[in-house]
Amino acid sequence: MFQVFYDFASWLIYDLLGFTAQTKLGDALHFFVEDVSKIFALLLVMIYFIALLRASLNVERVRDFLASKHKGVGYVMGSSFGAITPFCSCSSIPVFLGFTSAGIPVGITMAFLITSPLINEVAVLLLMSLLGWKFTILYVVIGMSVGILGGVFLDAIKAERWLQSFAADALKQGRNDKTSKSETASVSGVGMLLSERHQFAKQEMLEIFGRVWKWVILGVGLGAVLHGFVPEGWIQEHLGDGQWWSVPVAVLLGVPLYSNATGVIPVMESLIANGLPIGTTLAFCMSTVAASFPEFILLKQVMQWRLLAILFAMLLVAFTLVGWVFNALSPFL
Amino acid sequence: MKNIKVLGSGCAKCKKTVALIKKVASDKAIEINLEKVEDPSQIMAYKVMSTPAVVVDGNIVHKGGIPNRQQIEQWLV
Repeated sequence: MFQVFYDFASWLIYDLLGFTAQTKLGDALHFFVEDVSKIFALLLVMIYFIALLRASLNVERVRDFLASKHKGVGYVMGSSFGAITPFCSCSSIPVFLGFTSAGIPVGITMAFLITSPLINEVAVLLLMSLLGWKFTILYVVIGMSVGILGGVFLDAIKAERWLQSFAADALKQGRNDKTSKSETASVSGVGMLLSERHQFAKQEMLEIFGRVWKWVILGVGLGAVLHGFVPEGWIQEHLGDGQWWSVPVAVLLGVPLYSNATGVIPVMESLIANGLPIGTTLAFCMSTVAASFPEFILLKQVMQWRLLAILFAMLLVAFTLVGWVFNALSPFL
Repeated sequence: MKNIKVLGSGCAKCKKTVALIKKVASDKAIEINLEKVEDPSQIMAYKVMSTPAVVVDGNIVHKGGIPNRQQIEQWLV
């Protein structure tokens, strides 16, 4: 099914532009064209169809649903909804406050917000087509576990102590409202017409594609450089044994880099193909996606420094652990 | 004169929304009182979770994206 992209790249690079497959440049360019055209096609088709399906899901409904759930289930549900609900990272503050003022515990809200950048439907489908379903399941399970356990941990240390005062007040207010009455002017769940869904899906497709295409080019470009120019076996030789220090180094390297999941997946593909152990790759990529400074600076509006520092440290530790565990397990995978 | 507020914490879409409303108003030569609200506690007070959101004379008329031209024209009249 993907042969067409390989053929297209061969035609463009070898036949039309006259490169040969034997040169590094030709090889790298071929890889680049094949992967970019494949990912672009997949993205456009997938975003459209997924948007069609989840057109009626929005953060308001998720909030109402989570507010009515028991705490134990809440973390799992929070994390699951984080994976499937679309929202722009620029909305994370209003979402945080919206959840908080509905009386939802901070840990559940954070389970939602941590999982959200790590897993989304586009990332999952890209992973499936590039790295196979086994790796995809692994990635989803880990991403959700980090969100769920992170949320449980934050509630266990009573993270709400370190919210900015207005957010803490909103949480208290929300809890009182919840116990006294269960009004919530819930958004009516009226069914959407097919034409409305189509409109929504079309908009989503153009919008998401407009946001991620440059990341894909960047990610695949990096992958192509790795593919064509890093000597075969170099990564394998130097980092292939999953040396313990390579995992924390990978996590720290990922912090100043910022990408979304869509851009980082092509890089993952090349790293793994070049022999970087699976745990180290996961640690690097999750840290690139979920632990970024710009995002954390935004959260400062609702959290005190102390909580931000705890959250950041928690993510770094979690990703390092993920890396170690999977490097240790990789012979059995 | 209509009081229009755009709620949003400084993301690109919020800025575009403000610029677009300004442009439509000046094209139509309608005077409006346009304000950009970035303070999260104020945004929270409107119970809005997807930004940018638009408030016209105290009513939320739009949220979660850049509004289109027709919508804006309706708000202005």
